[in-house]
Amino acid sequence: MRAKPVKWGLIAVALAYLLAILVIPVGAVVWRAFQAGLDPVTETLTSDLFLHAMWLTLVCTLIAVPLNTIFGVMFAMLVVRRRMRGRNFFSLFADLPLALSPVVIGLSLVLVWGIHGWFGGWFFEHGIRIIFSLPGMVLATIFVSLPFVVREVVPVLRAVGTEQEEAAEVLGASPSRIFWRITLPSIKWGVAYGVILTTARALGEYGAVAVVSGRMTGQTETATIFVDSQWTQFNEEAAFTAALVLAVIAVIVVVAVNLIVRKEDIDGHHR
Amino acid sequence: MRRRGQGALSLGLAVGYLGLIVMIPMAALAWAGLSQGAASFWAAITEPETLAALQLTLAISAIVAIVNAVMGTLIAWVLVRYRFPGRGIVDGLIDLPFALPTIVAGLTLLAIYGPNSPFGVNIGFTRVGIAVALLLVTLPFVVRAVQPLLREADLEAEQAAASLGAGPLYVFRRIIFPGIRPGILSGSGLAFARAIGEFGAVVLIAGNLPFQTKMSSVDIFGLIEQDKPDAAAAVSLTLLVISLASLALFDFLERRSAREAG
Repeated sequence: MRAKPVKWGLIAVALAYLLAILVIPVGAVVWRAFQAGLDPVTETLTSDLFLHAMWLTLVCTLIAVPLNTIFGVMFAMLVVRRRMRGRNFFSLFADLPLALSPVVIGLSLVLVWGIHGWFGGWFFEHGIRIIFSLPGMVLATIFVSLPFVVREVVPVLRAVGTEQEEAAEVLGASPSRIFWRITLPSIKWGVAYGVILTTARALGEYGAVAVVSGRMTGQTETATIFVDSQWTQFNEEAAFTAALVLAVIAVIVVVAVNLIVRKEDIDGHHR
Repeated sequence: MRRRGQGALSLGLAVGYLGLIVMIPMAALAWAGLSQGAASFWAAITEPETLAALQLTLAISAIVAIVNAVMGTLIAWVLVRYRFPGRGIVDGLIDLPFALPTIVAGLTLLAIYGPNSPFGVNIGFTRVGIAVALLLVTLPFVVRAVQPLLREADLEAEQAAASLGAGPLYVFRRIIFPGIRPGILSGSGLAFARAIGEFGAVVLIAGNLPFQTKMSSVDIFGLIEQDKPDAAAAVSLTLLVISLASLALFDFLERRSAREAG
C-alpha cells in the first residue's frame, strides 16, 4: 500500500520537470507564432528573406547529409571490417565534433579558409571566397554533423557479425556485390537513424555557421540565423514563425527516430 | 589484388575527407593557439573577462551535470518502472532536445521565462536562465544512458532483498544504484561536455554581461568578431582540453563502476 503514493509522487515530479523545461517552452513557440493571428505568419513564410534563409539551410543540408552518409558508412566499414591501422586515432577525430563548441568549429574553419588562413588566401587570390560565403557555411555544416552516421553504423556492423559475408565470399560473390546485397541491407536501419540525426543537426546548426557566414542579411543568413536576427530586430512574430517551422521539423525527426527504433526492435537487433 | 586496391581507395577517400573537414582545421586551431608562445597564451586565457567567463562556464556546467544526474535518473526510473497514461509519448519527447535547433530553444525560453513572461517569472539575463537553457539541451543524455540499464536490472534480487525486510531506500542504494551508476556517470559526463561548449541556447537568454552572465562560447565569439583570432584560439583550446579531459575522466569512472557492478 505504501508504494502507491511514492509512485505517483515520482511521476508527478518527473512530469512537472519535463513540463517546465521542455513541453511549455516548445508549446510556447506555437502560441507566440500565432499570437497576432495568421497574417504575420503567412507574411513571414512568403517573404523573400525567409525563403532565401530556408533555401540556404536546405542547400547546406543537402550537401552535408549525402557526403557524411557515404563517409560514415565507408569509415565504419574500415574501422569494424578492415580493422584499419590507426583506427583509434582517426575515430577520435570522427567523434571530436561532439566535444567541440560550435563557435570553436567556426573559428577553426576561419583559421584555414579565411583570407588570412592557411588556404583561404590562395583561394581568395583566385576569386573564390570561402569564409563569409556559401562554401564556408557548407564546410561548417559538414563538420558539425559528421559523427552521427559513423556512431550509429559502427555498433550495428559489430552486432551483425561477418558470418553471412563470409558465406557469400566462399560462394564467390565479389566484394561490391557482398556490400550491396548483404552488408548494406543488414545495417540499413542504423544508416537511416544516422541520416535522420545528421539531417536534424545540419538543419538546426547555428553557432558554427554564424561564425563563418558573417550573418549578412539576405545573403548568408540561414534559417537559424534568421530566427536570431529577426528577434534582435524586434520582429517577434517573424522570429517565432521561423522557429515554429524548425520546431515542426524537429518533431517530425523525433517521430521518425521513434518509428525506426521500434522497427529495429521488431527486426531483432536492438541497439 | 583488386580487393586490396579497393580497400586502399576507400581508405584514402575516408581519411582524406576526415583530414580536410576536421583534422586540418584542428591543426590550424592548435597552431594559432600555441605558436604565439606560452606567455601570450597565458595572457589570453587569464584576461579578467575571459577568466570570469571560463569560471562561470565550468561552475554552471557542473551544476547542470549534477541536476541531470538526479532528474535524468528519476525520469528514466519513472519511464521504465511505472505504467501511466501517456508514458509512450513522454518517452518519445525525451529525444526532442537533440532535434530542436538550439537557437529555437533559447528563444522560446526567453519568451516564456524572460522579461515578458506570461507566468511572471523572469530569469532572462541571469545565471539561472543559463542553467535552465543548458538543462533543456542536455536533458536526453542521462535519461537515455540509464534507461537500458534499468531495463536489464535484476528484479529478483530487489524482491529478495525486500522480502528479507530491506526498505525501498536500502534496496535502491545497495542493489539498483550500483547497476545504473555507469549510465549516470556517462550521461552526466556527456551533459557536462555539451554544456561547456553550448552557444545557441544560451546566447539569447544569457544577456552576455561581462563578469556576470557571459559564457566562454560567447566570449570566443566576441573575440572572433573583434578580430583577435589568436586569443580566441587560446580560449578555444582551453575549452577543448577541459571537455576532452572531463570525457576521459567520466569514461574512466564509468568503466570502474561497471567493473564493480560485476
